[in-house]
Amino acid sequence: MRFTKDHEWVALDGDVATVGVTAYAAEQLGDVVFVELPEVGKTMKPGDNMAVVESVKAASDVYAPIAGEVTQVNETLTANPETVNESPEQLGWFAKLKVADQTQVEALMDRPAYEAFLATL
Amino acid sequence: MDQPAPPLKRTPLYAAHVAAGGRMVPFAGYEMPVQFKDGVLTEHRWTREHAGAFDVSHMGPCFLRPASSSGDLNADFEVIAAILEPLISGDIASLKPGQIRYTVLLNEDGGMLDDLMIARFPEPHHNGAYIVVNGATKEDDFQLIDKAAAPRAGFLRVDNDRALIAVQGPDAEAVISAIFPGVEAMSFMTLGLFSAEGVEAIVSRSGYTGEDGYELLIRNEHVDAFYDRLLSDPRVKPIGLGARDSLRLEAGLPLYGHDADGSVSPIEAGLNFAVAKKRREAGDLRGAARIAKELAGGLTRVRVGLRILEGAPAREGAEIADLNGSIVGRVTSGGFSPSLGRPIAMGFVPPALKAVGTRLNVIVRGKAHGAEVVAMPFVPHRYVRK
Repeated sequence: MRFTKDHEWVALDGDVATVGVTAYAAEQLGDVVFVELPEVGKTMKPGDNMAVVESVKAASDVYAPIAGEVTQVNETLTANPETVNESPEQLGWFAKLKVADQTQVEALMDRPAYEAFLATL
Repeated sequence: MDQPAPPLKRTPLYAAHVAAGGRMVPFAGYEMPVQFKDGVLTEHRWTREHAGAFDVSHMGPCFLRPASSSGDLNADFEVIAAILEPLISGDIASLKPGQIRYTVLLNEDGGMLDDLMIARFPEPHHNGAYIVVNGATKEDDFQLIDKAAAPRAGFLRVDNDRALIAVQGPDAEAVISAIFPGVEAMSFMTLGLFSAEGVEAIVSRSGYTGEDGYELLIRNEHVDAFYDRLLSDPRVKPIGLGARDSLRLEAGLPLYGHDADGSVSPIEAGLNFAVAKKRREAGDLRGAARIAKELAGGLTRVRVGLRILEGAPAREGAEIADLNGSIVGRVTSGGFSPSLGRPIAMGFVPPALKAVGTRLNVIVRGKAHGAEVVAMPFVPHRYVRK
């Protein structure tokens, strides 16, 4: 699993990357009450708006950490948005992307680097 | 260039909030807890089911008392009413000792400078007023009241040397009467002075959550003892600003700076009850001509409640469209209602679209979502009137 400074995680399996938000992000967001997911088939560039997470307090953008085409979204989050809080790094994934360039994933932080980054916040 | 922001102030309960896991954020010039460990949803539900403790010490409590007493306390209070009434929309002269009124501070155009509570002190010192204004507007409000007061009355701000704590929810009566016996006999929107175990409190049965509850003004040096005692009651949890906002939204109560500002009249804001009949008939309030015109049917916009039928919460600033796609207004407060399990909002629309059941759309991130005008409050008030 790799991580971004925007607190997204990416897990690569072959050329398919599963993307979600980290436990730290879920804790910061607070109770998630709505998730707006991307359309399947949409092509993302790194930094594109991929999804929107609404907590009771506010709406927050989730950015695409890498380039790729959306092949699947986690429909569970539509009916049960609280899954993002309950299982952010497993059941609460947002989307799967068909990755164009796997080196973009390798360039992200590994877990020790991400944990070191969190310690600076 | 903007002026650098002044340093944030802390309430006397700051350390208690941090110790309780409060997430501190800047709000109205103070560092305030937006939520505690349990999070906004749990805190919201706890308040509706038990009792929530809210630090509202960022708000603006102040006293207005006659500069000298005539010996007749009723005549003294007429002087106080005569100072306040030209600034506001309400009838203060008719307040009985210990009675509180919600009213509106007006500008020359009949727009709202703030909304506030004005109480007449209970007996035996019933010749003065206890006023609470909003935190974000308090410096301007205090200046306005102070200027109007001199030389007939003395103005005293007490926001720096006292804490204001709201305790709200169905268990509030049992919780506060265990500390200050007698508060159970109070009716909603009344004020009393209580003292127990060396702690004095000015207690009002009031609040801004739609629940029964109390607001207690306590000297800084006594507040730690009171707050420890309060939180030692298992029915009470500390509640942050996040849940305070979702609770007042469900209660249909406007938030100044969002659902009202200097351009909005109390009639547009749907606060007709706060514009006293006596004042309308006398035509002696600021912006009287505009307010009379609006009351006679000349309104161009009015605050309504919206139930969002599908999709994301519509938040402040979201456009409201009619079913033809024309933009007819804007959301001024909106979010997820924990009690109803769906998004709700308040916003302004032309009066032709204000009827309950009117179908509209709200525009969120470029997409239209269905909405319906509903009566407010969204969740029924549970005030205790005796």
